[in-house]
Amino acid sequence: MSTDIFARVTNIIVERLGVEEGQVKLESSFKEDLGADSLDVVELVMELEDEFDMEISDEDAEKINTVGDVVTYITSNK
Amino acid sequence: MLSGKVALVTGGSRGIGRAICLELAKQGAKIVVNYAGSQGAAEETVNGIKALGGDAIAVQGDVASYEDAEKMVAATVEAFGRIDILVNNAGITRDNLLMRMKEEDWDAVINTNLKGVFNCTKAVSRPMMKQRSGRIINITSVVGQIGNPGQANYVSAKAGVIGLTKSNAKELASRNITVNAIAPGYIETEMTDKLGDEIKTKLFEAIPLGRMGQPEDIANLVAFLGSDKAAYITGQIMNVDGGMVM
Repeated sequence: MSTDIFARVTNIIVERLGVEEGQVKLESSFKEDLGADSLDVVELVMELEDEFDMEISDEDAEKINTVGDVVTYITSNK
Repeated sequence: MLSGKVALVTGGSRGIGRAICLELAKQGAKIVVNYAGSQGAAEETVNGIKALGGDAIAVQGDVASYEDAEKMVAATVEAFGRIDILVNNAGITRDNLLMRMKEEDWDAVINTNLKGVFNCTKAVSRPMMKQRSGRIINITSVVGQIGNPGQANYVSAKAGVIGLTKSNAKELASRNITVNAIAPGYIETEMTDKLGDEIKTKLFEAIPLGRMGQPEDIANLVAFLGSDKAAYITGQIMNVDGGMVM
């Protein structure tokens, strides 16, 4: 289940941030490792909401730093 | 100039808002006419647009409520599939001298005229960011630049809109969304009809062009700022005031 989520999240990140698939690891930080600025992170959250048909509150979105944070959040709130 | 574009105009039923709706429609945009209370006037605006061969709907909503702002934007996207232009025009006055101004008069004007701009801009930023394009045009006022006795609440809100315009312009620029403000001077509407003759005579002395403006003077600039021709203009405050403020 969570490998499937990781794959879908990776696809979105690759497309949105223009990074290589190999760069996207669970421990990758959006801002430090993947070159995202804060607006990019907001947009990523918007796309994840659409992709997984869920709502991520502003409070939770602010806590997202790494790819792993996203996968964990989606897995536990799906 | 605007064919294929979709515009949401808050407070679009009367005054400057109505003129904006009609002009944007003339230029080919599909219009969502937002109104808070004047349903009849909003329907008249919609009919006016249809008489021009345009397409429009009226949507009720109070800009002071974020929930309403979200609903308006959702109604726009549902009706016309996208949203290209947001005109934050809705505004009210509750004039009084500072010493007599009630707290609720302060709050009401700030909530509609300033928080309303925040609410609608926030609601529209999501679809505009996704589209990677958008035009946000805020209607402020010359009094936000120079002050006006008896309007502490209105002036503060309009000055706030100027700051909000610049901040939002910087924040959204990377997504190809431009944010500008228009500062009307004295424009002939129901809002300014209330002014006495003595005040008007005094006012004209302060206006180099020596007369009041028409709602269409504002609408023409909104149409330009909403078009592709204005793509390189953002974060600006433009006065349409007969030369009152230079």
